[in-house]
Amino acid sequence: MKARVIVTLKTSVLDPQGKAIEGSLKSLGFGGVAGVRQGKVFDLELEGTDKAKAEADIKAMCEKLLANTVIESYRVEIAG
Amino acid sequence: MKSAVILFPGSNRERDAARALKQASGTDAAIVWHGETALPKGTDIVLLPGGFSYGDYLRCGAIAARSPVMDAVRAHAAKGGLVLGICNGFQILVESGLLPGVLLRNSHLKFVCRAQHLRVERNDTVFTSLYNKGQVIEVAVAHGDGNYLADAETLKRLEDDGRVAFRYCDASGDVGKAGPNGSINAIAGIYSEKFNVLGMMPHPENLIDPLVGGTDGAALFESLARKTAA
Repeated sequence: MKARVIVTLKTSVLDPQGKAIEGSLKSLGFGGVAGVRQGKVFDLELEGTDKAKAEADIKAMCEKLLANTVIESYRVEIAG
Repeated sequence: MKSAVILFPGSNRERDAARALKQASGTDAAIVWHGETALPKGTDIVLLPGGFSYGDYLRCGAIAARSPVMDAVRAHAAKGGLVLGICNGFQILVESGLLPGVLLRNSHLKFVCRAQHLRVERNDTVFTSLYNKGQVIEVAVAHGDGNYLADAETLKRLEDDGRVAFRYCDASGDVGKAGPNGSINAIAGIYSEKFNVLGMMPHPENLIDPLVGGTDGAALFESLARKTAA
């Protein structure tokens, strides 16, 4: 089973890297970019086929290691 | 004073830290590998040194904070044992939950490496008893992720309880706005609730010998040595 975890800074947290990328896009002439936030993607390969268990496991992984929930939020996509 | 310096893969300031502890106390520090599950018997102070543990992968300090030895460090802190985290060590302390808040990328996105003035906010702790309250000292900073942030409620608690240990300032002690990294309230270091854990971004262990341009960091280690000798 494959799963993808996307971790992003919470909207209340300043993202200087996102800001720098936004500035660069603008200087490259891409108009209409109202904002950029940078995040991280984790692609996991999981053993087993129990989707509910996978969801619970990944949530625990996010809370324990993959995300710092003080500043980051995460979402999980499981490919069936 | 019995001290233990924890060595993580990618730490690079452990020898400077051990030298500072030895100079202050006359006793060799034990260098403890991160895979150990116990601290040497009778350890008074645990020091988490600077560097780039695990190459700063994932988030600075995140992987080190989950290494086996950190359970022993947490137990040591829970018993009131002393813990000092410097630079990457501070990042490990916030990631491990021993200190609140988080250290973000510097607001200007640049690695900063320079001498920096700090204001000692209080001198009634075991870490700072040989400084004066409000004293301005000069130590080194060298970090890319030193932008301290905590939510409003946590920040209020830190300020109300006097848990800010050091603030970035200019030579006159003015905190102003020009910190090296954008830290909220110019915070350079904070204490735990019981004041037995200190995390700080600057490197006091860099300035303990006149040969390298200053000795303002020495009093921190001497404060610790005096306390643990008593």
